[in-house]
Amino acid sequence: MGNYVGKPVKRREDARFLKGAGTYTDDIKLRKMTQSAFVRSPYAHAKILNIDTSEAKKAEGVVAVFTAQDGCGEFGVPCGWQVDFKNGETMREPKHPLLAKDKIRHVGEAVAIVIAESLELARDAAELVSVDYEELPAVTDPKKAMDKDAPLVHDDWKDNAAFDWCIGNDRAEVEAALEKAHHVTEMEFRNQRLAPNAMEPRSYIADYDVNGDKWTLYTSTQNPHLIRLLMCAFALGIPEQKVRVVSKDVGGGFGSKVYHYTEECLVTWASKEIGRPVKWTSDRSEAFLTDAQGRDHVVKSKMGFDKDGKIVAHLTDEYCAMGAYLSTFAPAIPTYLHGTLFQGVYTTPLIHLNVTAPFTHTVPVDAYRGAGRPEATYLLERIVSKGAREMGIDPTEIRFKNFIPPFDGVEQEGYQTQVALQYDSGNYEGVLKKGLEMLGYEDFRKEQSEARKNGKLIGVGFSTYIEGCGIAPSAVVGALGARAGLYEVGQVRVQPTGKVSVFTGSHSHGQGHETVFAQFVADKLGIPMDDIEIEHGDTDQVAFGMGTYGSRSLSVGGSAIMKSIDKILEKGAKIAAHKLEAAEEDLDYAEGKWTVKGTDKSVSFGDVSLTAYVPHDYPEGLEPGLDFSSFYDPANFTYPFGTHIAVVEVDADTGRVMLNRFIAVDDVGNIMNPMIVDGQIHGGVAQGVGQALLEEVVYDEGGQMITGSYMDYAMPRADDLPMIETANTVTPCPHNPLGVKGAGEAGTIGSTPAVVNAVVDALAHLGVTDIQMPLKPQTVWKAMQN
Amino acid sequence: MIPAKFEYMKVSSVGEAVDLLEKHGFDAKILSGGHSLLPAMKLRLNRPEVLIDITGISGMDSITEQGDEIVIGANCTHSQLLRSELVQKQVNILAQAADTVGDVQVRNKGTIGGSLAHADPSADYPAVVLACDAVIVAEGKNGSREIAATDFFEGIFTTTLNDDEIITAIRFPKIAKGNYQKFYQSASRFAVVGVAVVRDGDSVKVGVTGVSDTPYRATAVEEAYAGNGDAAEHAVDDIEVMSDHFADVEYRSHLAKVMVKRALEA
Ligand SMILES: Cc1cc2nc3c(=O)[nH]c(=O)nc-3n(C[C@H](O)[C@H](O)[C@H](O)COP(=O)(O)OP(=O)(O)OC[C@H]3O[C@@H](n4cnc5c(N)ncnc54)[C@H](O)[C@@H]3O)c2cc1C
Repeated sequence: MGNYVGKPVKRREDARFLKGAGTYTDDIKLRKMTQSAFVRSPYAHAKILNIDTSEAKKAEGVVAVFTAQDGCGEFGVPCGWQVDFKNGETMREPKHPLLAKDKIRHVGEAVAIVIAESLELARDAAELVSVDYEELPAVTDPKKAMDKDAPLVHDDWKDNAAFDWCIGNDRAEVEAALEKAHHVTEMEFRNQRLAPNAMEPRSYIADYDVNGDKWTLYTSTQNPHLIRLLMCAFALGIPEQKVRVVSKDVGGGFGSKVYHYTEECLVTWASKEIGRPVKWTSDRSEAFLTDAQGRDHVVKSKMGFDKDGKIVAHLTDEYCAMGAYLSTFAPAIPTYLHGTLFQGVYTTPLIHLNVTAPFTHTVPVDAYRGAGRPEATYLLERIVSKGAREMGIDPTEIRFKNFIPPFDGVEQEGYQTQVALQYDSGNYEGVLKKGLEMLGYEDFRKEQSEARKNGKLIGVGFSTYIEGCGIAPSAVVGALGARAGLYEVGQVRVQPTGKVSVFTGSHSHGQGHETVFAQFVADKLGIPMDDIEIEHGDTDQVAFGMGTYGSRSLSVGGSAIMKSIDKILEKGAKIAAHKLEAAEEDLDYAEGKWTVKGTDKSVSFGDVSLTAYVPHDYPEGLEPGLDFSSFYDPANFTYPFGTHIAVVEVDADTGRVMLNRFIAVDDVGNIMNPMIVDGQIHGGVAQGVGQALLEEVVYDEGGQMITGSYMDYAMPRADDLPMIETANTVTPCPHNPLGVKGAGEAGTIGSTPAVVNAVVDALAHLGVTDIQMPLKPQTVWKAMQN
Repeated sequence: MIPAKFEYMKVSSVGEAVDLLEKHGFDAKILSGGHSLLPAMKLRLNRPEVLIDITGISGMDSITEQGDEIVIGANCTHSQLLRSELVQKQVNILAQAADTVGDVQVRNKGTIGGSLAHADPSADYPAVVLACDAVIVAEGKNGSREIAATDFFEGIFTTTLNDDEIITAIRFPKIAKGNYQKFYQSASRFAVVGVAVVRDGDSVKVGVTGVSDTPYRATAVEEAYAGNGDAAEHAVDDIEVMSDHFADVEYRSHLAKVMVKRALEA
């Protein structure tokens, strides 16, 4: 261990964030910059009969008004993942136009952009665009979308399926095992749709420079290089080398800022049309209507157990909404990021998941914190707990009975699942044991039976999750339909003074890369953190990058940097050997200097760096400079896991749930900065609890979103949460140089079923076996009445 | 989130405000804390052409004891009410309700006059002014008049205030014993149900908000209580109960009974 790694180093980026001095896209103001506003459909499904922009064009301060009838009409944004039908039919991939032309497919879909001298004038003029619609019936529920008479989202196909898919063992074999099982537990539920709610709404500024025929796009995205690639090569057909994408401070994304959005593409196109910069910043209402949302699965599941409570088979059928169009990674979410986690932490020998993914008249669904894994974990952890209760087995006992035994991935091989993946390393019973100690399980059960005598409803819920991060390697994901690689790039540029600039293709939108990356670079080079600068979010600075999502930054992005540091030290050693007149093999590198073994002869990192750039007395044949870039393509996913435990009290009169305790024991591999890991877990738990208790996007029959503001969409607040009790076990990842697994989504993935299990536990003696999320007071109260 | 164009005027007397209201008619709106009006304007659901800011009128944010009454200026903010020793001591139920309104920012800006004039069916104060038999003092072109709280609320976002009138003050009798119970809506934190109970010897006065599109005095509860019946069961007698995705008619009716019971037992 060095000076920094493993310590709760305070975040360097916080000084500017806490002082309100960050530079978010909307803070940027360019010379001659225009502002824009969109005209959006109030209908979920409608024919566009006519668009009249004449009044708007005449309005004060208006620079331009564009509709799909203008040049932008030919372009659409692409989907980055292809999942074909089980029968071989190609995925149905409708054009996702920048502006709707003939047909509207969800409320909030844009029909025109109004560009004006100020935001106020753009908004005023947008109201003058008059659109005639013919409203059509809509379908928003993914299961109903597959009904025979469901309104079609895209007329090109005979039904609403975008694709269907399955994974695991042969269905007939799984069904046969269920037939024979001692006990079968069944569940039917909806994993409700969620809005991502990043604190900073999406914002874009496109700046076309006539002189160089070049574009700069400032965008609040999680992956600037991918946006550039998708926009240049697949959407607008403009030369990639002429486009710079800048994404510096970004105020949260949770997945919703991974994707290439129509607005971002359209302002880029429009900037060239008018020869001036064009800005668009979403407001909160637009964010609800247009940011890609999460979850929205309709689930039907069966799990079979033998008489001892060992799981013998698991069969699930799901309808997973895609929304009106295929968002960038949408097809991967309910499939390769979901079905591949159906093994959970259990030895289940037979598993089959079947997914139907329909289009619906809603905003598209894509990855939202956890992305497919929370849905898998919710199902597994609920049905295992439900099965335990039905069989009269303690919920912790059933887990211990079924856990995959510990394996480190070095001495013992990785665990091959029934659903394609091979787990890297794990100790699932370890986290549950630790969680039970923190809880004081036996005492809790005593307290619970006492409380029940007094009519007080308290309960405990468990969730023992696994998830998959840093999805890779590229060849494998390519075979699974990814249209991109999933490696990362890390460049380490040692300056002549020995100071270090690190360029990472990972992106920080709140995570704290500027701190954590500097910590391990400092330790590895044996120099102070202050000598290291982490740069990200600018395609002109960073060679390439795949961005940040799926908790991949440290395990993939960090590893790429480690590879470059190795190259730096290797070359540095050659220079040092020359300066010390010693053989490379005779040198040790520690604490920022090369020392000849067994002597006090040494040369510092700074001296070597200067020599590399002022190569007067220099090894023959060696290139000057000390600057290396590496691509790291992981051998496998990483698999964090953990146990989350919730303790709740339910108000017997009103059904309101109070979360009294929350225990999170997470194993995220090696920990670089425990404070940041805790912070990630806290935030993740808040979002997971949000899904369990509060959050839900609701559409009415006509396709109107009735939860389109914070008056109706309930976000978790500080007082909804107890102090979160965190702890860790450490099972290093065996296949990356840092031994890290990823901590960005674990909190969200593990927490939701723990809370719901706790509420069901509190109400079980009243005959409650399941409650539909979110556990609103009304829903809980009604469950208690039956 | 950008309002339509409007003109802004700040007045320093009630007379000035009334004159402007008369002059601009429907195009004008009074602005006090802005915490109901401005959100609606930003969504362009409301688009007044003239805003008449009354927060600069001196004396309209005072809290005074006048004989048997506590007189509260319409511009008093929620924070002022919950912190005022006079209110805490003499109309404690009002301080209790003020403490449940929104969050700190809302409480620091929003006013009691604005809340009453706005008449949001889920606002907290209506239950309290009804249970307290408070009197709303309004001033218009024909001078000042007093409106009993029970005559004030007419429906969803509607009151018996005339278009040219502004609320200048609310007169509360001193309340020895009162309790406000709120079951908040998880997203907005407005009241799904809010119940104010004021005790006067052996009788009670019960104000209910959130349940119906108009806040009401639960006279059936009051009568049952006087007759030693199961008073809370009558919380929604003869009331048309609202429904939304947080609380349908059945659940809201049940909550009303629970909150009445809790307020009666407090
Ligand atoms: C996030 C949020 C949460 C909230 N939570 C709650 C809650 O839990 N409970 C609750 O009760 N309220 C809540 N509110 C509303 C808040 O209390 C408002 O402040 C209040 O309803 C209106 O008061 P105001 O001074 O802001 O009025 P304004 O918004 O300025 O005006 C509201 C209306 O009243 C009129 N008006 C204002 N003053 C007068 C006057 N003196 N005479 C005549 N007409 C007048 C205006 O013309 C306008 O039509 C919340 C608001 C927000 C934004």
